[in-house]
Amino acid sequence: MNGLAEAASGGERVNGLAEAVPGARARPTDRGAALHGGEGGAPQDTRTEPAVGPWLLGVRHHGPGSARAVREALDACTPSVVLIEGPPEADGLVELAGDEGMRPPVALLAHVTDDPARSAFWPLAEFSPEWVAIRWAVERGIPARFIDLPAAHSLAQDPDRERDFAPATDPDATDPDATDPDATDPDATDPDATGTDVAGTDATGAATGADRDVDHHLDPAADPHRDTAPQEPRTGDHLRIDPLAVLAETAGYDDPERWWEDVVEHRGSADDALAPFAALAEAMGALRERYGDGGHARDAVREAYMRLQLRAARKEFGDAVAVVCGAWHVPALAARSTVSADRALLKGLPKAKVDMTWVPWTHRRLSRASGYGAGIASPGWYAHLFQAPDRPVERWLTKVAGLFRDEDRTVSSAHVIEAVRLAETLAVLRGRPLAGLSETMDAIRAVMCEGSDVPLALVHDRLVVGDVLGEVPPSAPAVPLQRDLTRTQRGLRLKPEAAERELELDLRKDTDAARSRLLHRLRLLRVDWGEPAAASRGSTGTFRESWRLRWEPELAVRVAEAGIWGTTVLAAATAKAESDAIGAPALSDVTALAERCLLAGLPDALPTVMSVLADRAALDADVGHLAQALPALVRALRYGDVRGTETGALAEVAAGLAARVFVGLPPACASLDAEGAAQMRGHVDAVHTAVGLLADVSPPGLRGRWQAVLRILGARDTVPGEVRGRAVRLLLDEGELREGEAARLMGLALSPGTAPADAAAWVEGFVGGGAGGSGGMLLLHDERLLGLLDAWLTGVSAEAFTDVLPLLRRTFSAYETGVRRTLGELVRRGPGATAGGVMAPAAIPGFAAEPDRERAEAVLPVLHLILGLDTPRAAQVDNDHDHDRAEAPV
Amino acid sequence: MTVSVNTAVNGSQSEAAGEPTVRSAESAVALRPHAEDAFAAELEALVATDDRPRPARWRLSPWAVATYLLGGTLPDGTVITPKYVGPRRLVEVAVTTLATDRALLLLGVPGTAKTWVSEHLAAAVSGDSTLLVQGTAGTPEEAIRYGWNYAQLLAHGPSRDALVPSPVMRAMADGMTARVEELTRIPADVQDSLITILSEKTLPIPELGEEVQAVRGFNVIATANDRDRGVNDLSSALRRRFNTVVLPLPESVEVEVDIVSRRVDQLGRSLDLPAGPDGIDEIRRVVTVFRELRDGVTADGRTKVKSPSGTLSTAEAISVVTNGLALSAHFGDGVLRPADVAAGILGAVVRDPAADRVVWQEYLEAVVREREGWQDFYRACREVSA
Repeated sequence: MNGLAEAASGGERVNGLAEAVPGARARPTDRGAALHGGEGGAPQDTRTEPAVGPWLLGVRHHGPGSARAVREALDACTPSVVLIEGPPEADGLVELAGDEGMRPPVALLAHVTDDPARSAFWPLAEFSPEWVAIRWAVERGIPARFIDLPAAHSLAQDPDRERDFAPATDPDATDPDATDPDATDPDATDPDATGTDVAGTDATGAATGADRDVDHHLDPAADPHRDTAPQEPRTGDHLRIDPLAVLAETAGYDDPERWWEDVVEHRGSADDALAPFAALAEAMGALRERYGDGGHARDAVREAYMRLQLRAARKEFGDAVAVVCGAWHVPALAARSTVSADRALLKGLPKAKVDMTWVPWTHRRLSRASGYGAGIASPGWYAHLFQAPDRPVERWLTKVAGLFRDEDRTVSSAHVIEAVRLAETLAVLRGRPLAGLSETMDAIRAVMCEGSDVPLALVHDRLVVGDVLGEVPPSAPAVPLQRDLTRTQRGLRLKPEAAERELELDLRKDTDAARSRLLHRLRLLRVDWGEPAAASRGSTGTFRESWRLRWEPELAVRVAEAGIWGTTVLAAATAKAESDAIGAPALSDVTALAERCLLAGLPDALPTVMSVLADRAALDADVGHLAQALPALVRALRYGDVRGTETGALAEVAAGLAARVFVGLPPACASLDAEGAAQMRGHVDAVHTAVGLLADVSPPGLRGRWQAVLRILGARDTVPGEVRGRAVRLLLDEGELREGEAARLMGLALSPGTAPADAAAWVEGFVGGGAGGSGGMLLLHDERLLGLLDAWLTGVSAEAFTDVLPLLRRTFSAYETGVRRTLGELVRRGPGATAGGVMAPAAIPGFAAEPDRERAEAVLPVLHLILGLDTPRAAQVDNDHDHDRAEAPV
Repeated sequence: MTVSVNTAVNGSQSEAAGEPTVRSAESAVALRPHAEDAFAAELEALVATDDRPRPARWRLSPWAVATYLLGGTLPDGTVITPKYVGPRRLVEVAVTTLATDRALLLLGVPGTAKTWVSEHLAAAVSGDSTLLVQGTAGTPEEAIRYGWNYAQLLAHGPSRDALVPSPVMRAMADGMTARVEELTRIPADVQDSLITILSEKTLPIPELGEEVQAVRGFNVIATANDRDRGVNDLSSALRRRFNTVVLPLPESVEVEVDIVSRRVDQLGRSLDLPAGPDGIDEIRRVVTVFRELRDGVTADGRTKVKSPSGTLSTAEAISVVTNGLALSAHFGDGVLRPADVAAGILGAVVRDPAADRVVWQEYLEAVVREREGWQDFYRACREVSA
């Protein structure tokens, strides 16, 4: 009801404006008139006539309707030059747009020559009006020029100097953007075509601005300044207006994006190709009369530059000039202004040496769904609207049905028919001229997906966003990532060579650590220049790394491909790691990635990786996966410690993971087959080791809780023998079992009531190899245990003995020869004799039953000397003696 | 036999409407009046001001129906109360579905106002929400097609007079909206008798060699519980005849706490339980636990948790709190305490003893244990789950 109320009162709220804005009087039902509604208004000089140029074609960046309109308009007026909003440095690259190898989406990339981190992108999709204009011009051999403020100026201002610069040109430029990405992005402040503020991601536009940001020439991910730029307080009196929102509200819409779609994007071909531009220009003119620069202070400079360029073009080509720019700029370009005034505005702009190139782009990066603040929500839908010759809704829903069929979901033509009907009727109910994305999605959900959002997500991912990857011809200039790599290589004295060579790194040295990080980062980017190799010197120190280096020519291609991730190796690797984490299929992949992030020194990627890790861990029902993930995480934690990386978040996640393992382990151990049990034993061992390492950095009580879990495992009958035996053994090693408790548990496990196979498995778990080392020594030292084992084995029936033999053989064959021999001797002598009886140590062959005190004491002086003790104590004699005995058999 | 069929139909009607069978004039005040009676004034006002085109036999235009459900203020100043608090989009899709002659299936977990929405839709569209078939495991085909008055049948032979029409048949003849409640509880063979009705819009009566053809304006609104999937799953042929709208659970904690406490209050009064004014914190806690487990993520959105197999609907939260109130009133000090709700929560969460127990334990350890001010609750839960 809210929307309704708002729609009802919307018109009144902006009454003053209503007079001037075309369509303002229109009721929601006849909005179609909005575009042509300007007839009654006073004609302004922004009005364009086919006969006389220049033609100012105001567009919305990435608007398919705008793109189509631009094409029609250009066909209608055939200008002799096309001026496009964009960095003039790219003029030399325009020809490449006509290259066979060029496939949109692509982006123009500008970066400061000696600081590739400072860069800006101008993405262009197939359905971008600018791209259409470029192609139109290139195909006809008509010059196309970019007329926006040169990137040399906009990239020149670093965050510190920016503040000096801004007030000079604009007294009230406390513009929040001044220190924002748009310092490097000439277009961030560009109220795109309809004047939507792209910088919707900042300032006040956040609520609606981000939604429609049509102009996202900035890729924040590639802009390191974003994070480092100081946050300036946003002053309330410096609100930016969202021109599109004002227009939409005036026309009675609550959603500006929808308004734009309805009046511009969804309209069919008009008779007069230029009429829509005229109407839009008029609306923008009214808006700018009322709001001035609307808070986009930097626009004044940009528009001054554009005016100068326009003037120059008119001097050269006469009036047959077409300008394709954001609709917001149209009134400013048409405004009368003197050359000297414009020049004055441009005076003293800082300048930097800037390189431009084309880079491939993807639909996913065009869409904000990829996690970047700026973008269009539905590039796939727009591409469809642009490509579909007619009946866009029918074609779209047929496409969706095709997708579902490919995914083995039965969708019949009847479904499509009903979906089309529902979508179109919904559009009528909502008062829209044509079913838009939201109507079709609602229809798909209700008709084809049985109300479920799950298949709908597939549609969104594959079609609404889409997997389109652009291509750039090889003749395009090198990407900044390559330059950054070359620079880093030079700095680290690490030359790319085709011949393979080994590289030993000592991570304690700064240069070597940096080299290691570079190689790890490149591996993350799939540029496999170096492969980790086993250390040739056999050193196992964590501070040593061995690499095998070999630079293959195709690695250059990989670098170029990796260029879409960022302009520096660090930024690209960070973006890639984050993206990998989000797309990683298994929990262990994410843990491995976390480890690699630490190795590659990507602290900025860690928060994302960690949150993905925590999410995956929470939802993974398989304790095995969790148990596998934990050791890698703990390893990463320790490694991070070595390198002094901040690992607090890691420790927290690891502790959380451990807690989940503790809860899940006992139920997961129930009813396992032999193979599963062996695997589970490995997990128990791994977790035990991990807990041991983790206990130092995590909150206290972790070890205690783990021991409680082990107790449960050791005592529960449904747990397989192998795991039970292992749990008891680990507790014994930890010193957590009471005197004789191990023997009691062993007796229990080996009692006649237990199936021999299970008992043998218990023995394997208890004294087999694993985290606690060989169990042979244990049997040597606690004869009671050996006696129990012996008694059990002799009691096993003949048939059962054949069954348990392989398992026992496996257990005992792992022991060292000496241990095996001594065990054999002990058994031959019959440990069972003393088994149940006294604690007194039984005699070992070659030793007397009692220690020979005299001979033992003879050793004491030497021992005292070694230990640095003064007075011999009685107790020590026994200890020493025990010690002797323990060493003897080895 | 005739009698039994009749009672089945009538009985099911009253069951769903939640009121005694008597609908005649002498029952002065019904315990719960029908939507079209309770909101007669609003409907009148809407009819009066509605100047948009109406589909055949609709009492209101689709726009007015949407306004009736979502609330609003009419040009003449009449305030329409919102009947459904939830996404506007859903109501629009539902109304549009009906306007395009497609049957509407409302899906949702128990307690998401499916029946409520279907009743109001029928009231607004056709002005009558009583053409209702209550789906049960024992719903016979007669409830959807027609039955016979056997006395008449024996006395005079098969004729229209001996025929006892079902609500669906009546709706077809009059161009009204029929409602089918709990569609998935109905045995599959009975469900399938809807297919012809929905696709051919006709109901043949072979005994008389006649058929009833649906008049324009006829449509069906069905509701189904999507947690019951697999009980009597809809055949794909039938499913294809419906547009599906899933009604979601309450959007925010505040809304849900509000619903729970209001309902608990009502229930408590009818059960003569002393109302615990201090209970609001405990209610909030129960709702929070339910929401977090249901959504699979903690309220602060920072930790993910597994979801148990149970529904954990608002209705269950209400019963947990009511139960807790009874416990505290009869065996405790009359104040709702963590221990009073802990057992109830455990029962609601752990439906599958093996899998859900792990989920619950994990939730307790990973979320509840660390949460400030929840120590009592943690201990109480540990006690009952041990």
